[in-house]
Amino acid sequence: MVHKTAESVAERALDSLPWKVLDPLPRSPSDHAARRDQGTRGDKIFYAITKSFSIFVIILAVLLVVYLVHGAWQSIQKFGWHFLVGMTWDPVAEIFGTLPTIVGTLAKSFLAILIAVPISLASAIFLAIYAPRWLRNPLSYLIELLAAIPSVVFGLWGLFVLVPLVRTWQIWLKAHFGWFPLFDGPAIYGVGVLCAGLILAIMITPIITAISRDLLRAVPRAQMEAMLALGATRWEAVWKAVLPYARVGLVGAVVLGLGRAVGETMAVTLVGGNAFRLPTSLFDPVHSMASQIASEFTEATYNLYVSSLIYVGLVLFGITILLGLLSQLLIWRLSRGQVGILE
Amino acid sequence: MTMNRKDNIRLAWRLFLDKFVWVFMLASTALTISVLAVILGYVVYQGYGYISWSFLTSLPTPVGQGGGGIANALVGSLIVVGIASLMAVPIGIGTAIFLNEYQSRWLGWSVRFLADVFTGVPAIVVGLFAYAMVVQPMGSFSAFSGSVAYAFLMIPILVISAQEALRLVPGEIREAALALGVPVWKTILRIVLPTCSRALMTGLLLAFARALGEASPMLFTAFGNSFWNVSLAKPIATVPLVIYRYATAPYDDWHAQAWAASLILVFIVFVASTLTRLAFRSRLDD
Repeated sequence: MVHKTAESVAERALDSLPWKVLDPLPRSPSDHAARRDQGTRGDKIFYAITKSFSIFVIILAVLLVVYLVHGAWQSIQKFGWHFLVGMTWDPVAEIFGTLPTIVGTLAKSFLAILIAVPISLASAIFLAIYAPRWLRNPLSYLIELLAAIPSVVFGLWGLFVLVPLVRTWQIWLKAHFGWFPLFDGPAIYGVGVLCAGLILAIMITPIITAISRDLLRAVPRAQMEAMLALGATRWEAVWKAVLPYARVGLVGAVVLGLGRAVGETMAVTLVGGNAFRLPTSLFDPVHSMASQIASEFTEATYNLYVSSLIYVGLVLFGITILLGLLSQLLIWRLSRGQVGILE
Repeated sequence: MTMNRKDNIRLAWRLFLDKFVWVFMLASTALTISVLAVILGYVVYQGYGYISWSFLTSLPTPVGQGGGGIANALVGSLIVVGIASLMAVPIGIGTAIFLNEYQSRWLGWSVRFLADVFTGVPAIVVGLFAYAMVVQPMGSFSAFSGSVAYAFLMIPILVISAQEALRLVPGEIREAALALGVPVWKTILRIVLPTCSRALMTGLLLAFARALGEASPMLFTAFGNSFWNVSLAKPIATVPLVIYRYATAPYDDWHAQAWAASLILVFIVFVASTLTRLAFRSRLDD
């Protein structure tokens, strides 16, 4: 009787532990073995569950490709590779080719990269190396906030603020520098390559900045200190010791930004102009792949039309996945997976 | 030791370059921050006046009638993203557990790589995927197809953020539990996950906020709806879709509503980002 009470007290003590993981202690050899088996069985089940989730993620990625190809199949069969170089997009005649949208997408994205890269690399160097600690964290936080603004809000702002502004610039540029081919376009719309490039630049700057900053922070301090000890100025140390060390990863960050710019939809749809033609100047309103899908998909009235739009999506997916793979390999090579890419 | 004139000029040039570059960097950072301030300021300035209780709780009204709100879109967004979370959270966190707790060589590596790459897949492509997988077989736009698209967007974010969270848990805690004879699965579920629950929650919040602001996959999945709907099988309104539709319409009243809806969206997203930052601060900023 006394013995039993002591045991129950011990059990109650175990139950009241802050974590309730420990089962009551085993009381006999057979009990012990049973509990151990139960533990290993639980482990096996749990392992199988988490592993199947991981495999499911891979299956999901495969499914994405399969469904895109399946959806685009009709168009792939009809147009094949000529779709990529076709200059006609005529839903009435049922002829589809997408070269102008590919060119339009790349034009907008490269313009965005051209504007964003110097600014974001400079900001990243400032945040990683120059800024004092009390300034570094708040500034990084603000730049991350910029990355968190939804695309459609950028689009709304671009449409009502940036477009009128760009229109006045266009008129001025055309009047004074109209001889320059890039400025020799229609200066009446506001929307177009220039405006879309600007809004994309704003959207990818925080992404490139955040990743570059993390990469630069990962460069060993000794790299820079050795240069400073030799009498270099801070900029010389950064330029000759820090940047070469992080070069591969920084290229990766830029490629990642390019990928985001290529796939960006809502903002570009709102300020890009959405005309199907090859851009010849910065002022031309042109479609990009994403904006063409976004603006025409619900109007597509027959299967081949829908299929062709999905084909455009497949091409877009192919381009972004190539850019994504390239950037991941470059960033991983430098950081060995230590830099998180969530932006 | 005397410096000749040439050396002096060179030194002056080096020091000037150092200063110049410093100014350029400072200016670039300031420019980025001021763009944020301008956009935010404009959204608040345009949207603040329209926000009221009735804006949040009433249905859209026909043009010209005045009033009207985004109640159906708010509820619709919550439903679509909520269902997406139900699908994405077990998969995302389960995968992250597998990646971090079991050192599987090729599978773990390839899944993590895939997750990193798939954060960059355009949302509109994911929308096409959901269209081809759900909308076409079902024969109509539906809230559920929107959830599938959002779930697909959320999974990579969840996998990465949950793995970061699990990394925060010191190995000693796992070892202590295992040394006491606790099975591995109980160690993970009852010790490791509760230890980093705050970081896990904020990762979820981040994924939730990202999905909440994404309009493009909804164009041909959830599709939008001017009326009240809570059925998963029917088209449903979401906040970013409403902003897009209202922004492209030619009515001033709708533009004002688009700004107000943007303000609400930006507010939610910023709260989520701030919480995320607070939870991960220990690792990202030393």
